[in-house]
Amino acid sequence: MSDYNFAYLDEQTKRMIRRAILKGLAIPGYQVPFASREMPMPYGWGTGGVQVSAATLTPDDTLKVIDQGADDTTNAVSIRKFFERTANVGTTEETSKASVIQTRHRIPEEDLREDQILVYQVPIPEPLRFLEPSEVETRKMHSLEEYGLMHVKLYEDIAQHGAIATSYAYPVKVEGRYVMDPSPIPKFDNPKMEMAAIQLFGAGREQRIYALPPYTQVVSLDFEDYPFEASKAEHACDLCAAEDSYLDEVIMDDAGGRMFVCSDTDYCASRRKAGHVGAQGTNLEEDAA
Amino acid sequence: MRADALKGGFADAPVDAAHGFRAAMNAMARPGYIETLRGAVPPAPVSVAAGSLLLTLCDPETPLYLAGAHDCQDMRDWVAFHIGAPVVARQEALFVLGAWDAVLPLEGYALGTSEYPDQSATLIVEMDALGGGGAILRGPGIKDTATLSLPDDISLFQRNATLFPLGLDFFFTAGDQVAALPRTTKVTHEEVV
Repeated sequence: MSDYNFAYLDEQTKRMIRRAILKGLAIPGYQVPFASREMPMPYGWGTGGVQVSAATLTPDDTLKVIDQGADDTTNAVSIRKFFERTANVGTTEETSKASVIQTRHRIPEEDLREDQILVYQVPIPEPLRFLEPSEVETRKMHSLEEYGLMHVKLYEDIAQHGAIATSYAYPVKVEGRYVMDPSPIPKFDNPKMEMAAIQLFGAGREQRIYALPPYTQVVSLDFEDYPFEASKAEHACDLCAAEDSYLDEVIMDDAGGRMFVCSDTDYCASRRKAGHVGAQGTNLEEDAA
Repeated sequence: MRADALKGGFADAPVDAAHGFRAAMNAMARPGYIETLRGAVPPAPVSVAAGSLLLTLCDPETPLYLAGAHDCQDMRDWVAFHIGAPVVARQEALFVLGAWDAVLPLEGYALGTSEYPDQSATLIVEMDALGGGGAILRGPGIKDTATLSLPDDISLFQRNATLFPLGLDFFFTAGDQVAALPRTTKVTHEEVV
């Protein structure tokens, strides 16, 4: 064990965050202000998510951290180590074995269960911020349910590009009331947000927490004649042949070579373990040899 | 201050509070769901679950209103030592503790403002018992429907829900059990087909 308090933060800070989480759950989609603390990592590296996780973890939890779906990137590895040291919790890379999952910009492919908690790292929690820079104004717009500007933005997408070009951080309406930024997840993940797990969102620099209880109605904004579409690359994973997962495009050489692979590394690995082989993949046993 | 007031706090504050919060969050995220919440031993008539909730969520930054029989010297001493929350009048409180009859009427508590609906009171209501059956609940956190043994006059909860996004949020406690009813939950008696 380390010289830190359990889960790094002091108890009064955790109480303040916990009160914000409870009010967030009671008002789904509403951004609760909280007194974000300076964390031992720079803004933009998940300080909000880390504070929410720290206030949520118990010693019995098993933590999984993903960054763009991957368990083995710098951000995910360092946050996992942070909580191994400061909270002494078990960690895993397997979605099904985790009780708390902190994520940057993805929802795991595997359906989450009722006993799991998904914590999002959020850079800009205010969906209207790029349309209206003033916090005083956006707060008023939320209170008056004045979301016309967002529809104008989506309409301009259609006018310019022929389709809604927003492909990530696609705005949603929660329970017919608050327009919410789902954090920069690909819009492919938006339909998954009506899930069995509790979803918590933490924005450290912007000092906001918001939340979705299980089975909360989450509707991606769209138009009758331009309905929302959860898009992904028209391809199967080159390693595990999955056709239903969100794909990353990887440039292989200078000659235009490329491959598509699952962004969810655990999903891809478990499929390969089960014997699925993609177009450019090799059998897992041969790989190991 | 009597020496008893010094007892009854969390034995291992960070860990007990973490478990306490998990129970409170599961209850608030899933209305009707009954969780077990232990750790505190508050003075009578306060239940273990209610005392643990206060230790988990309250501190000197959260004005607390003690209603009816819960406003006794033993409890004030216990709050002063373990929590440090200022004990205030009902309209100034962020947290309210009491039996259902004592916390009524629901008018006068902080409801939040349209720009800051989170600045509303959370009521911890002590019940004789908690169980399924009784009122039927629908809303965020509930897959289809849930049930909870709420106080009889559910019109008060129906009125509270119409205030959304303003409104009060409730915890119900009995012994070491806790359940919750956020402002989003629609409460009825009848099964709507």
